[in-house]
Parts: sequence; structure tokens; C-alpha cells
Amino acid sequence: MNLKILHLYCTFESVLKYNKLQLSTMKIITKQNKSILREMVSTDFKVRYQGSALGYLWSLLRPLLLFAILYVVFVYVFKLNKGVSHYGVYLLLGIVLWTFFMETTVIGMSSVVNKGDLIRKISIPRYLVVVSGSISALINLGFNLIVVLLFILINGVEPSITWLLIIPVLIELYVFSLAVAFILAAFYVKFRDVVFVWEVAIQAGFYATPILYSLSLVPEKFRVYVFINPLAQIIQDARYSLITNKAIISWNTLRFRYAIIPVIIVLAVSVFSLLYFKKQSKNFAENI
Amino acid sequence: MNDKVAISVADLHKEFILPQHKITTIKQAFVNIGKKNEKVKQNVLNGVDFQINKGDFFGIVGKNGSGKSTLLKILAGVYSPTSGQVERSGELTPFIELGVGFNPELSGRDNVFLNASLLGFSRAETTLLYDDIVEFSELKDSMDKKLKNYSSGMQVRLAFAIAVKARNDILIFDEVLAVGDEAFQSKCLDIFEKYKAAKQTVVLVTHDMETVRRFCNRAMLLDNGKILEIGDPRKVSRKYSKLNDIEIDKMIKNDSDSSDKARYLEARIKDKNNNTCHRFSSGDKIKIEVSWKGLDSSQLESVGVNIFKRTGEHITGFNSRYSLKKGWKEKEEISLDINLNITDGRYYLLIEAFREPGKVIDAIYEGPDFDIDSSEDKGLKWSGLVDLPHKWSDAN
Repeated sequence: MNLKILHLYCTFESVLKYNKLQLSTMKIITKQNKSILREMVSTDFKVRYQGSALGYLWSLLRPLLLFAILYVVFVYVFKLNKGVSHYGVYLLLGIVLWTFFMETTVIGMSSVVNKGDLIRKISIPRYLVVVSGSISALINLGFNLIVVLLFILINGVEPSITWLLIIPVLIELYVFSLAVAFILAAFYVKFRDVVFVWEVAIQAGFYATPILYSLSLVPEKFRVYVFINPLAQIIQDARYSLITNKAIISWNTLRFRYAIIPVIIVLAVSVFSLLYFKKQSKNFAENI
Repeated sequence: MNDKVAISVADLHKEFILPQHKITTIKQAFVNIGKKNEKVKQNVLNGVDFQINKGDFFGIVGKNGSGKSTLLKILAGVYSPTSGQVERSGELTPFIELGVGFNPELSGRDNVFLNASLLGFSRAETTLLYDDIVEFSELKDSMDKKLKNYSSGMQVRLAFAIAVKARNDILIFDEVLAVGDEAFQSKCLDIFEKYKAAKQTVVLVTHDMETVRRFCNRAMLLDNGKILEIGDPRKVSRKYSKLNDIEIDKMIKNDSDSSDKARYLEARIKDKNNNTCHRFSSGDKIKIEVSWKGLDSSQLESVGVNIFKRTGEHITGFNSRYSLKKGWKEKEEISLDINLNITDGRYYLLIEAFREPGKVIDAIYEGPDFDIDSSEDKGLKWSGLVDLPHKWSDAN
């Protein structure tokens, strides 16, 4: 009888021990990844603005200066602002969101190859290097959005409950950018000329996406094609939520089955990117 | 997997596909469609099976290109195997290189945190260890300098100071001893000593047989992606030396003998009654007889007798050149009397014949062995490994 109890107790204890062990290793794994991510992001920041007098300010100044140039060109030369209320912030918001997409994908694309030294010597989860680039871009986006919000308020837009809609929009933007970055990063390990292709694609995308111009300038029958591009949907939704409900969004101009296309594309790209990256990442160390 | 096992490797294969003409641009990929791309498969590991137990200090040796670094990278999870299984219990920290992730643009301080995070430390843990690391690296005044302004020696010191803090179930080292100066190497060896004492599971890839014999309790010799020998580090290191000798022989016709068995030398161990014997107690007097029938005596300069412990430690060694007078070679046999003032254990002799100092003509690498077992004895008047000649004096 006593023996049985002892036996039971022993089993109980060993089960407990085992679970504790499991739990603690799981904890360490996530804790470790977090600390790696943190160090990589902070290294990124420190290195990027080293030796520049204005330092971090550049990540605010860059989109603002780009905005200033485009604003002058398109308001005074091409007069694209006609019929668009708050064209200034309209343009600025588009540029800021586009900049985030560009930064995440461009930095993410080269991240695996650039960190090749690390990947060949240590078995950290490969996705960390891509994610770390996207977090730097995300922090930039955060600061930029604060500036945009200030401009929006200065422009006389009243804060409203629709501002909250920006949250799911930003999540969609982040997921899409990161997914594209994953695909490009894995691709870049094998084909180095992805860089040049992507440079052109980004340039083309900038004009294919309604950033400079209002969608009202696009004939109605073509809008459905513009909205295939998830970034068009994202940027228009963001404008709708933050600036004016006159912004043309897919949800109220297209039939639902068309309006849902960009979201489906985002989901499909995300799933594909995860599978592809996971498959390719096994061989990163030997292929870089 | 039984719970004494730290790493278990079963039928591991790894092949690298080396395209003769590597496609790195999309254009080339298009141009080459339809053409059969000549790929050369290189089998780096061909079916490797072994286990490393918890608490093992496991050495992996082999010539360049034998696959040992590839194996290590697979153990570390950097490469994935082509086929076969690698199971491990517990977490692992690899040191394929010291100072992984070091960024030359960051200060020494920032690099400590960066590198430590990659070794599995959280920021809080690193903060706690930081002062220790700085002190150990002896770089207190340079921590705010950028790493690119460090000398390479300083960088290694910093990297090493962080590395020694790493605590994990399994530690893996790849040729870490190859970098750094002598002072650094001896620091390394001290750390290994500590690991050994603490029963830390360590996997070590090295070319240095001395290190293998000194630290490893098990070792493995890889050649062409296969295990040539596994187990006793002494055997493994002998086999490795032999492999190298064959290699050297191929390159230069060496006149010293490098075959496995001694050609001329013979040795016997006798007790005080002149009977061959392999079992003694501490303090026993023994006689070692060495003969060299058939060897041209004019070639012979001296004979060396070494006592090794089975675990690899070189206990002592004597050379005849310091004591024997002219004419010692005439009988083609000499003998050596020893008081076995050494502790219990298993020992073996390594006997060499020299043509001139440092040049071996013939050798018995694994000479006669003997056990010392004093269990039935009256008790020793000393402790430790050996009894050195000594003398006490009183204050007068």
C-alpha cells in the first residue's frame, strides 16, 4: 500500500518536473528571441544614423522632404489638387504609408543576405532578421504618423471615431509588407538581381497606386483594377478613416466580391510567404 | 532516446549540391532552361551514427575536409541534414566562431549586449554579468570605443569574455583554439578544465590531439564523412596521427618509421622476483626491460620510456641518454628500475627509440600495460597522483 502511494507520488513528481522543464524551455525560447530582436533593432538604429548630425530626425525629414517636392510639383505644376479637399495631408499620408511599405520590403529583402555572417554561424530563427528590419520601419512609421496627425489637425479635420479604423488598416499594411519582405528575402538568397527588379517594381507601384492623384481622376470602370493592388485599398482606407469620408474606398464603390479581392491577395501572399520562407530558410546557411 | 543521452545522431547524410556554374541572375536561369545544369553532388557526410552522453567531453577530429565542421553545423542547427536524424535533449550554444554578430560600428559595450543576446542571454541577465565580462576581458577603458578601433586581440578577448559566461546544456566549439595567442589559448584550456570538472556536456572540434587526450573522455575520428574510430580518445588520437603520417608519407618519403607496430622494440614489465607481471601496488619496485633485436645499434642514440595513464595523462617519461654510459648498446637490451610511487589506476607504457633527439626510429605506442591496485595494502604515506621525492626538516 505504502509502496503504491510512493510510486504514485514519484510519477506525479516526474510529470510535474517534466512539465516544468517543457514550460521553462518554451519560455526561454520566446524570451531569447525577444532579446535578439531587441538588440538587432537597436543595432540597426544606432548604425543607420551614425555620423549624421541630425540623426534620427532624418527618418522624419525624408518623407517630409519628398512630400514637399511632390506637393510643389503636383499642386503648382500639374494642379492635381483640384477637387480634393485637404490634398496636402492626403498626399502626405499616402507617402508615409508607401514609405513604410518600401522600407520594409527593401530592408527585408537584403536582410538575410546581409546577416549571412550570423546565419552561417548560429541557429537563430531565420525570420528574426526579416522581422527586425520591419520593426525599425514600423517605429519610423509611428513617428511619421504622429507628424501626419498633427498636420491633419492643423488642416482643420475634426477627430472622429473613424480614426480607430486606422488600426486594422495598419495591421493589414504591416502584414502585407512583411509577407512581401519574406518572399523577397528568400528569393534574394538565390537570385541577386531581385534588387534591381524590385527597384523598378517599387517605382512603378508608386505611380500605379493612388498616392499622388485622387482616385476620382481614374475613370470608374478602371477603379476595380486599381483596387486589385492591396496598397491602393490600404491607402484609400487610411485616408477615409483619418482625413475625409469622401475618399473613394473599395468597400462602398465596388461590389463586395470585388472589394474583397485585395484582402484575399494579402492573405494569400501571407500564407505563401510563410510556407516559402520556411521551406527556403533551411538552406539559407549553405546558399548565401 | 534514453535520458543519459545528450545528442543522438542516426544515419546522418549531408550532401551539398555545387552547381558548376552557379545561377545567380534570373537571366541565367532563363538562358539555362532546357539545358541540363551540371550539378556536382558532394557527399560530405555518409551515414554517421553516434551518441553523446550527458556530461561527455566529446572530441571530433579529422583532416581538413573530413566533414567535421559540417557535422558540427548540423548539430548546431545551422545546416539541415539531407537525411538522417539528429535528436538532442536540452538547449545548445554553438561557438562556430567567437563574437558572432559583432558590429564594428558599435561600441564595445553595445557589442557585449548584442553578442550576449545571440548566445541566449536576456538584457537583464547581461546587465548582471556585464561587470564580470568587462573585468575578464581587461578592456575596462575601451568599452565606449567603437569595435572597429579595437585590435584583433582585443576583439578576441572581448568575445571570449562573453563566451565563457554562456551556460547551456550543451556547448559546441569549433577550432576556437586556432585564434588568439598563447595566453588566450591557456585561458581557453583553463575554461575547458572547469567544464570538465563541472561535467558540462561539451562537443569540441579540434586538430590538437593534446587537447583531445587531456580533456575528452570520448572522441570520434571522421574521415571522408565516415566514422573511422570512436570511443577512447587515446585510440582516436593515435589513429588520427597515423592517418596524418600516411598523408605525410605520401608527400615526402620520410625515413622515420610510422607503421603501427614496432619493428624492433620489445618491452616487458617485471616484478621484483623477475617475473613478468601486470598488477602492482603503489610503491612496488618494477623493472622495465627494453630490447631492440635486429635494429642497427649504430643508428640508435637513446631509448625513452613513458608512463601514461589510460585516461591519457602523461605521468612521466625517462630517456636513457642522460644516464647510460658508453657501450650500453652492446647487449641490445637495457632495463630501467622504477619505484611505482603513483596512485591506483590503469597505465600503459609508450616506448621510443631515437636516432637523434626528437627523431624516432621505432616506437611502441601502446606498450605493455599494468594496473595499480593498492586496495589490500596497509595504506599509503602520501596522497594525490604521485609521490615526489621529498624530505621534511624541523625548524632546527
